[in-house]
Amino acid sequence: MSEPVSALNGASFQGFASIREIGPLGMITLRAKGVKALDKAVKAVTGTKLPATRRIEVNGDRACGWMSPDEYLLIVPYAEVAASLASLANDLKGEHHLAVDVSDARAVFRVEGDKAADVLRKLSPVDFDKLEPGELRRTRAAQVAAAMWAQDGGFTLVCFRSVAAYVMGLLTHSAQPGSEL
Amino acid sequence: MLILECPYCGVKAEETELSPGYEAHLKRFGPGSSPEEFEAYMFARKNPKGVHFERWRHTYGCGKWFLAARCTATLEVFGTYPAQVSEPPADIIAKIQARRPDWKGYK
Repeated sequence: MSEPVSALNGASFQGFASIREIGPLGMITLRAKGVKALDKAVKAVTGTKLPATRRIEVNGDRACGWMSPDEYLLIVPYAEVAASLASLANDLKGEHHLAVDVSDARAVFRVEGDKAADVLRKLSPVDFDKLEPGELRRTRAAQVAAAMWAQDGGFTLVCFRSVAAYVMGLLTHSAQPGSEL
Repeated sequence: MLILECPYCGVKAEETELSPGYEAHLKRFGPGSSPEEFEAYMFARKNPKGVHFERWRHTYGCGKWFLAARCTATLEVFGTYPAQVSEPPADIIAKIQARRPDWKGYK
């Protein structure tokens, strides 16, 4: 099997905050609403409970985020996506749901440093002072859709793979030394 | 700047995170309706100066459609509510009536 390659091959930049493209990261979009076995099915894959509205439940290198009233983002190690999809299919058999591997359709960035929020503040109409720990915020980064949350003293940002270079450019420009807010 | 609270995810979304869907609570006239009814459904919009009901989509967030009541003249927002209703909820109407005593109703 061929080696998975992330969108920018782990590009990084050191400005007043550090920007890193991470990945490849296993990501599954799960769409389901009002399904009884959903809690159990998600727990089996990520080991977390089902997140409340606009929350993300993190468990080591796994996580489950609330994307919309009927959509969840499951994060697992890249190599375990196939097994996770099989587990979901088994637990949700007969229920109306959709689980799709979107690992290679997305790009993931880490923004780290004391002023990491300032990098994102310039790009999104979000009040980062009010962003709670464990809150997943879907918004835009300049002109493209992105989802971001605070984790381990920095931010994780997920966007579409097709705009990875654009987002890297945004983050790089936003983190230019001397442009702190 | 218009700020609307998405009733599904609770985000106070700023205008650029949303997409407009124009007038809300339109009754569809499809096959079998008269040409006049169809024309009115297709083209006739209220375009009021004052209280207006609109559809909005939280495009950069949860992606859901919702409805909003606002004043087109002052940009005052009376409230937002989920789109699965055929007319504005009573609490939104009460709020508008309290703020605009001379308002003639949404029809």
